[in-house]
Amino acid sequence: MSIQKRSRPRSVLIKDADVNALFESGLEYNPPARGMWNIVHTGMLIPGAHQIFACAQGCLRGVILTAAEMFALDRMSWISVSEEDMFDGTLESDIIDGVCDILNKLGKRPPVVLLYLSCIHLFAGCDFDVIIDELDSRFPDISFVDCYMTPTMRQTVTPVMKMSAQLYGALKPCPINKKKIGIVGNDRPTDPDSELIRIIKDNGYEICDITNCDTYEEYLSLSEAFMNISYIPTGVLAGDELERRFGAAHLHLAARYDADALKDNYKRLCDTISVNVPVQLIADYALKADKALDNAHEVIGDTPVAVDYTAVTRPFEFSRLLCEHGFNVKYIVADSAAGEEESFEWLRSNRPDIGIYSAVNVNMLDIADETHEHILAVGQKAAYYFGTDNFVNIVVNGGYYGFEGIAKIAALMIDAYTTPKDRREVLKLKGLGCASCL
Amino acid sequence: MKNTAKIIPCYSADTSGVCSALYELSGLTVVHDASGCNSTYSTHDEPRWYDMRSNIYISALTEIDAVMGNDEKFISDVSAAAFDRKPEFIAICGSPMPMMTGFDYDNAANEIQSRTGIATFPVYTNGTRSYIDGAADSFVNVLKLFTKPLEKVKNRVNITGLTPLDLPLGSDRLIRKWLAENDLECVCTLAMGSTLEDVKKMSSASATVVMSYSGLAAAEYLYKEYAIPYVCGVPVGDFSDILIKAVKKAAETGECIRSPFERNEDRGTVIIGESIMSLSIASAIGGADIISPLPCDEDMLGINDSTVYSEEDIEAVLGEKKPSVVVADPLYKYIIPESTRLVEIPHFAFSGRCFQKNMKDMITTGLGEYFK
Repeated sequence: MSIQKRSRPRSVLIKDADVNALFESGLEYNPPARGMWNIVHTGMLIPGAHQIFACAQGCLRGVILTAAEMFALDRMSWISVSEEDMFDGTLESDIIDGVCDILNKLGKRPPVVLLYLSCIHLFAGCDFDVIIDELDSRFPDISFVDCYMTPTMRQTVTPVMKMSAQLYGALKPCPINKKKIGIVGNDRPTDPDSELIRIIKDNGYEICDITNCDTYEEYLSLSEAFMNISYIPTGVLAGDELERRFGAAHLHLAARYDADALKDNYKRLCDTISVNVPVQLIADYALKADKALDNAHEVIGDTPVAVDYTAVTRPFEFSRLLCEHGFNVKYIVADSAAGEEESFEWLRSNRPDIGIYSAVNVNMLDIADETHEHILAVGQKAAYYFGTDNFVNIVVNGGYYGFEGIAKIAALMIDAYTTPKDRREVLKLKGLGCASCL
Repeated sequence: MKNTAKIIPCYSADTSGVCSALYELSGLTVVHDASGCNSTYSTHDEPRWYDMRSNIYISALTEIDAVMGNDEKFISDVSAAAFDRKPEFIAICGSPMPMMTGFDYDNAANEIQSRTGIATFPVYTNGTRSYIDGAADSFVNVLKLFTKPLEKVKNRVNITGLTPLDLPLGSDRLIRKWLAENDLECVCTLAMGSTLEDVKKMSSASATVVMSYSGLAAAEYLYKEYAIPYVCGVPVGDFSDILIKAVKKAAETGECIRSPFERNEDRGTVIIGESIMSLSIASAIGGADIISPLPCDEDMLGINDSTVYSEEDIEAVLGEKKPSVVVADPLYKYIIPESTRLVEIPHFAFSGRCFQKNMKDMITTGLGEYFK
């Protein structure tokens, strides 16, 4: 076989792209934009939780130094797995003994231990239930939660999605509070100014969210919610699991950048809690979003815009929204358009020359060194790849939601356009919003 | 227990050692892994990632390909990338998952080489060993592939085992300067600040200086194949003078000097870290006992030194020795006895970026800055 035919381009014009397969899979490059959270950052959201990772040295290194950089090494321990451990029949007992050893040396009793196993444990048929049951019996005062660092299985349930669900694993059944609604699956609080929060609060409901919990007791009270809302894709499993375990209804109100979809979300919310849809309030917020976008466009003008998938969970829909308000979106950094087919087709028809760039293609290695026109980026990866200090520094929608969220992001675009950032210094920080020693 | 740690980090793994060793040599290095190895390496183990491009990639192994043993995906992906990137060579290594599935590195390398026409070699990593192993094997592979016999040139010196995992960026320039000040010319600083063309000239040197244990196997290869003697040591502080004399002596006599270190009995100081650097520091400061938590040549160590790997064992040795001073990476602070002074020398292979801004140049300014 000749390799001469196998070159894999790093980008494709949207008019030429296959919505179901933007790029052929291959080797992957890792750009130095570190703002996305990983499973360590997420696990730290449980107040007082101690994380124990059982895996090979290569896998341990990244998680331990994640904790070190966020000044949280005292909440992290590990059990290293050697080649022999995989085959000598002691897989489960090694982990049990290791956890016991660590807990006996800790000098404190954490209320909850997140125990992470890795891909090789799952492939070796490790019995996680036996491990958790044994630890429960030895340490009845500690809640042990099975957690997974299993990137090999990312095409079924991603580690981030699974972690978002396991984050609630230590919750216990408690009396339901009919006036308490949970927001689940996020790694940052929802903007309190959003109309979503306003609608909930205006109708007398209290909101609970792990991102606002300061104590373990507050964390435990999350299971009082009679209903949980998720809105980012990786939060769906968390909502489903909580519904299965505690009977709390799960309402997925996907973070959208489409007015009709948002209005439909609010109608579903209001129907679920049996209140009238605040039509005028929503219209006011929608108008505010439109004005904010128009205002941003007035400032930013025809400056080319690049949008990446780490900044917003629906980069094609967000790009369409920007285009509808006159922005010159020229680049989208994403390897998939799953769930955004309608926006993709709209962009293909209306902006056929938008370039879609893979975030991981090997040929993206060079792009940061190339000369680029002055670009406004929305997202860290776009900022890095297109070499701009004018960028909106958010990940996973930045905690913004709805029309208010659109208005806030539009304001951030103005700020990014007028005030350049120190790209290198910003992008190196892991887990945007977390403490960092760097 | 020997395989647990309640608080201190682990060292960089073998896969990172491979990538770090080959970073500047114009190859294409692929880690066969799902994900994680790449971001761990490029975030925590590779300070050159933002400023210097290198073809270091991950295979993005998926569950289905692992279960079905779809090695063709790996081979065709590497071949396609090679077509696009046009590397001088291809290195493949892997994480624990390929170990679990019994991935055949030799056959994969052969197949890639036959498809691409580019020299391809495997490095047998599995993510469970230290960076020393991965880097050492990588250096030897490169030497085997790219060195041919050349006429020896007097006063030309090789450096091996130089990666940013063990010495700060910029050390290559300082080492060249140090050699030049001593009338020696540097052929290649394998592998920081040198190119593959420099590697090809390494057989023309009259001596090799081994800067870390990861460079010892490469130096031994050069000795065996080209009769180039080697000396172990890092030119830190006052030890620089001892080392340069040893290098000149080795070049003159053709005999290796594995352990030029000169230490007095000093039970008050303990150094924790990579063995050759630790021994060099110990010689520079007059004396100290060594705790080596990494692979090393135990023959280089003294009877008061220890090779222990676990947090528990390191704590036990420190408890027994009761040193007044410990010289180690700052993240060892958690297990240093309370009354002991910790002289912090950041080691990138241990604490990664955490203290990068505090890393000082030891080769030109000596150790005074750290011991203030």
